[in-house]
Parts: sequence; structure tokens; C-alpha cells
Amino acid sequence: MAIAKKALVWSLFAVGGTMTALLFPALMVIFLLISVGHVPDGLSFGNATAFSQSWLGKMFLFGVLFLSIWHAAHRLRVIFHDIGLRADTFMASVLYVLAALGTLLTAYFLWTIR
Amino acid sequence: MSNRVLQLEIMRYDPEQDAEPAYRTYSVPCQEDWAILDALNYIKENLDTTLSYRWSCHMMVCGSCGMMVNGEPSLTCKVFVRDLPDRVRIEPLANFPIERDLVVVLDDVMEKMQRAQLHIIRSGEAKDPSSEHEQSPAALKKFKQYTMCINCMACYAACPQYALDPEFIGPAVLALAHRYNLDSRDQGRAQRLNLLADHDGAWNCSFVGACSEVCPKQVDPAAAIQQMKIEASVEWLKQNLLPGMPS
Amino acid sequence: MSRRPYIRPVSRTAWYMTHVRYKSYMLRELTCVLVAVYCVLILSGLAALASGTQTRWDEFLASQQHLAWILFHGFALVFFTVYQSIAWFGLAPKAMPLQMGDRTVPGGLIVAAHYMLWLVLSAALFWIAGVI
Repeated sequence: MAIAKKALVWSLFAVGGTMTALLFPALMVIFLLISVGHVPDGLSFGNATAFSQSWLGKMFLFGVLFLSIWHAAHRLRVIFHDIGLRADTFMASVLYVLAALGTLLTAYFLWTIR
Repeated sequence: MSNRVLQLEIMRYDPEQDAEPAYRTYSVPCQEDWAILDALNYIKENLDTTLSYRWSCHMMVCGSCGMMVNGEPSLTCKVFVRDLPDRVRIEPLANFPIERDLVVVLDDVMEKMQRAQLHIIRSGEAKDPSSEHEQSPAALKKFKQYTMCINCMACYAACPQYALDPEFIGPAVLALAHRYNLDSRDQGRAQRLNLLADHDGAWNCSFVGACSEVCPKQVDPAAAIQQMKIEASVEWLKQNLLPGMPS
Repeated sequence: MSRRPYIRPVSRTAWYMTHVRYKSYMLRELTCVLVAVYCVLILSGLAALASGTQTRWDEFLASQQHLAWILFHGFALVFFTVYQSIAWFGLAPKAMPLQMGDRTVPGGLIVAAHYMLWLVLSAALFWIAGVI
């Protein structure tokens, strides 16, 4: 059903966009701190592992990655369309398959962190 | 009143003689309070009677005089000469085929308007014709903004998605559909949703927002379309994940 | 009288160069490339963490400690904040008009609520990460 696919894909994009707008700047600050050598306490091996072992931590990390991956995939698809690529269905398939792989990878890593 | 001479560079096209459009420049002495439409009328009356263009009310309510003024989709009765530089380029509304000179073929949008069923749809038995549909000021406020569309098609000229995919239903039609969906007297939402949540409907919009920027009546079609996307998504959610819920 | 409507060609690849509003739009959309990069970064971090060894995690953190990354994260922070966060919050009132009775909630309030949420969530994230 045409309505079904578009509504689902767009909803993920919209929620992902709101989430990234709210969380990613802070995330980038954290990465910036790491890159200048000031690794925050919460990202020590022990703390990071503990966080990723907790169910709340897993849900948070999965949620953030899942939404970001699908947001980026859909938006990239729109960009390719906007810069003239006519093979929209092909591009959509490639990007959504990559997104699915990313999602599976995320789930896998989170599963193995015990 | 002082006169200012403007150079109007106008795209001309005669389908019976020209292979393609070309620009022709006219020197027009303009009065201070003129709209650019007055300059066009001056050309037609004094310089070149063959110039073809649409216009009517000259007061931003009929939507006839939509054209590109220095690359911007505009109502030529709304753009004033005092706000323009000395050289003004006038072209027919973008993203539409040119019929002749500044006249464009609007059949595509007319057809889409018909398809979108832009009128009050009632289900069930017709009420007693002498009775009224009551509507509070609050209910009117919900959709009033979207009633202001004068069908000038400036939004279509600004929309890159319409430029890239002419099957896209487009901003004005979607905004008007939203107007009816929000109208408390209307019961045709489901019917319109099927059309508008289709591939060439609201989903083709990537929220560029140019439509709302150029709209001379502040209809804000971009907002209407995003609201429709959310409505359609919630509808999908209800239908597929929560089948028990009434729509 | 013969009709021969003329269709003006539109560049599929460069239409956005014709006006600043379209260029801004493309920049806004391009923020998703940054999102994709950070997804890969976070996944690499998760992979290192999943290995279960301190060394791999330290290697991951060390791999970030380069001038190139400093510049990248700094650029990403500014570009993303401007073209995604600020842009997104600004558009929020259009997507979610709120009407109480016959008065509409001013768009500015909705935008302000988003900024408040942004502050609160950022603070929460900083607290979890041990930055504050």
C-alpha cells in the first residue's frame, strides 16, 4: 500500500530529525572533548560498559542509533533525488538496506555487551 | 509626481513565429506609486500592443497576474516599482509551459484541483436544507488561513519538487485540501487522504518552504503539508498498530 | 491559431544554485551526512566496547585524538546546530499549530519550548557522560 510505506518512512525521519536536533549537538561536544584528550568520566571503559549493559542504556543507545540511521537514510535519499538522480527506487533500496544493516549491527553489538 | 524610467526586460514568445522565447527590453517611465503591473499596462497601451499577459482585479484578490519579477514568483499588482531596481526582468510563472508571452498553461493544476475534491463533502443523509451548519469562531479559526488562497500559482513556481516532478500535486492543492480537512462541516477527510497520501501527494514535499515564502496571501502551504503528513502518519499508526481504535 | 506551449528546461542537478533559499535548503538537508558519520562513529565505539577489552576501548578513544577530528567535531557542532537544530526548532510551530479556544498559541512559545527541551536533554546527556 503506497500510503503505508511513505507514512512509516517519513515518521521515522521526522522523529529522528527531532531527536538528532535535540541530542546531537551535545553528543558532538562530547566527541569534541574526547578528541582534545579530555575523556569525560562517564566514558571510561568501566562506566561505558556498565551503561551499555543496563537495559536502560541499551534502549537509549538503540533508540538513538535506530532513529538516526533511518533519519539519515531517508534524507540522503531525498538529497540524491534533489541533485538529479532519477533512479529513486534503486537509491531508496540501497539506502534502506544499509540502514537495516546498521540497525542489525547496533542490535548485535548491544546484545554482545554483557 | 516624479517619473522614474525603468528598463523592463520581458520574456516574449509567439508560438506561431518563435522557435523559443527571447527577451525584449522596454523603457517605461513609471510613476512613484505604480505597481509593476501598471508598467506592463503602459507597455501594452503605448509601446507594444502585442504583449500578452493575464491580470484582472489589480488588488491581490483574483490571482490572475502571477509572474516572475527578477526571478521571484510574484503578483505583479503587489510588487511596487519603488521597491525595484532600474532593471526589471519579467518572465512567465516558472514551472509551467508558456502559452504565449507571459501567459502560462495552468491546465495541470486545474486538473489536480478537480481530483482533490476541494469542496465540503458530507456523508449520510442530507440535512434539512433550511437548517444551518453551526460553526463557532474557534472552529473557523482552525482553517481560515488556508481559505485565503487565490490560486495565483506562485507557490508552484517556487516549488523545486514540482519543477523536478510535475506529477506532484503541489502546494496550493494540498493547502486547499487541508482547508477542507480542517473544516468542521466537512466529512470527506478519508476520501481526500487516499489521494493526498499517495506517492505524488504530500510525501513528495521535502519542506523546502519556498511556497510559503512567496505566497502573497500568507496561506503557508508548507505548514499545511507538514500537518497533513503528520495526520496521515497518525492515521497509518491507528490503522496498522492499533487496529481497535476508531479513526 | 496554433498552440505550441514552450516548456522551459530546468537543471535537475543545479536548480538550487539559482536562489539563496534553495542553497540554504540543500545545506540544511546535508546535515544528514553528519548524522550518518556520527552513526558510524558511535557504532565503532560500540564495536570496541563489545570486544570487552579495555585496550580496544582505549584504542577507539585514542583514534579520536587527532587534529583532524578536533576540527571535524568543531565544524560539525556549529554546522549541525545552525542548519539542523535551529532550523528544525524554527519550523516546529508550522508542523504543530496549537489552538486553545479561538486563540492560537504563538509560534515563539513553541520554539522556546523546543530550546528549553534542548537545554534539559543536553544537560542530561552531559550528566550521564560525566561531563558535568
